[in-house]
Amino acid sequence: MAEIQSDNLNKTALFDLHVELGAKMVPFAGYEMPVQYPLGVKKEHLHTRHQAGLFDVSHMGQVKLTGANAAAALETLVPVDIIDLPIGKQRYALFTNTDGGIMDDLMVANYGDWIYVVVNAACKEQDIAHMRANLGDGIELEVLDDRELIAIQGPKAAEALARIQPEVASMVFMDSREMSIDGVDCIISRSGYTGEDGYEISIPSADTERLVRLFLDQPEIEAIGLGARDSLRLESGLCLYGHDLDNTTTPLEASLIWAISPCRRATGERAGGFPGADKILDQISNKNWTRKRVGLLGAGRAPIREDAELFDAEDNKIGIVTSGTYGPTIEAPVAMGYVDTAFSALDTSVFAEVRGKKLPMTVSRMPFIEQRYYRG
Amino acid sequence: MSDIRNELKYVASHEWIRDEGDGTVTIGITDHAQDLLGDVVFVELPDVGTDVAAGDDAGVVESVKAASDVYVPLSGEVVEVNEQLEESPELVNSDPYGDGWFFRIKLSDVAELDDLLDADAYGELCEGES
Repeated sequence: MAEIQSDNLNKTALFDLHVELGAKMVPFAGYEMPVQYPLGVKKEHLHTRHQAGLFDVSHMGQVKLTGANAAAALETLVPVDIIDLPIGKQRYALFTNTDGGIMDDLMVANYGDWIYVVVNAACKEQDIAHMRANLGDGIELEVLDDRELIAIQGPKAAEALARIQPEVASMVFMDSREMSIDGVDCIISRSGYTGEDGYEISIPSADTERLVRLFLDQPEIEAIGLGARDSLRLESGLCLYGHDLDNTTTPLEASLIWAISPCRRATGERAGGFPGADKILDQISNKNWTRKRVGLLGAGRAPIREDAELFDAEDNKIGIVTSGTYGPTIEAPVAMGYVDTAFSALDTSVFAEVRGKKLPMTVSRMPFIEQRYYRG
Repeated sequence: MSDIRNELKYVASHEWIRDEGDGTVTIGITDHAQDLLGDVVFVELPDVGTDVAAGDDAGVVESVKAASDVYVPLSGEVVEVNEQLEESPELVNSDPYGDGWFFRIKLSDVAELDDLLDADAYGELCEGES
């Protein structure tokens, strides 16, 4: 086992609690994070699908933007409609670069007189610098580093949390509100990254451990580590930045055309006006990308992992796996990766090379499981 | 604390060895190893009839988290593999010293048995790792 280098690693406000709960701590994106608890990755995964799991995602970056034109300013960095995002709603977005590549994926919520942004841990310094440099005068950026972020995910999440704060039951998928939970001022959204119903809750650091203990006292809720978070998001077809998305990959190649708002496309009322718009809008019009992100299911039992090369029946290399594991819910090897567009149609047979053997896989619809977001 | 059986021998790469007394040994991975790996989802074993040398990798055990090689601690010929693991790899977690065994080898050099660790020595090694 790799030895943990605790020097230079950050800790979240829940570090002591993770250790107390018996978590195995590993370095992740500059933080010491729980990869699993004594329950183990597979049972943690299944518990989240059947009951509810609590995840510490405090390593992610939380940012508050204020200023009269904050929405319009943020729109200049993403191919997404931020100006018309209703108050109390959250939306998925992408920072693009001038080549049309994806710098990061993020969540944006409109709080009326301010905008709440959540970015990936590994990208947060870059993203904050990018916003500071490009949002323009009159926009104030505050890093909310005095807050932690936790997620409660699973079919019993709403029931368990409503016992503590009944108001959460009235929210639907992608609602985002300020709310007091047991006397603590929280920012809560009905969303997450497991494919399940659930919530993400931003809590002042000083109150986080107390609230998390209260959440874990609910019989449905178990603490869940990053290991299960990865298999849960992968079964749900959700991308992990740095693996399934990167600076050299456009939203079209990444099969994220749904994330590009109609009003920002070529015929929209605010067409273009974001970094890389020429390339991205050209790709939408001409469908001239050469590789595409697809879901892949293995025919056998062997997990097919990141960096496995993909081949056609004639042994020509046609792609690469970017995320892969054994899916505890679907009970099959589940992966996503990039293939030449000629091989991106559903049900196409491909082969993954694992330890010198070519294992058959099928290009499959994502999500691999039914997403169970609560839409009211 | 992980379960270490006095009647078995061990190697530092966390395989256990049971001397069957007929020139063959049965091999699996230890309780400590299965605990480190987590939930096993796939085991790849050598073919029966394969000649192996001590220190060769002869299989792979995969958990949800990662893949790990299985080493052959002794030289000989693979005479039997646990085919149950193909359908039920979780036996490696639930019964590592019983139904979760990996394969059996007919030894080519019985003297190699003297190089193995006993339960105390293996226990100390695990202590040192954790």
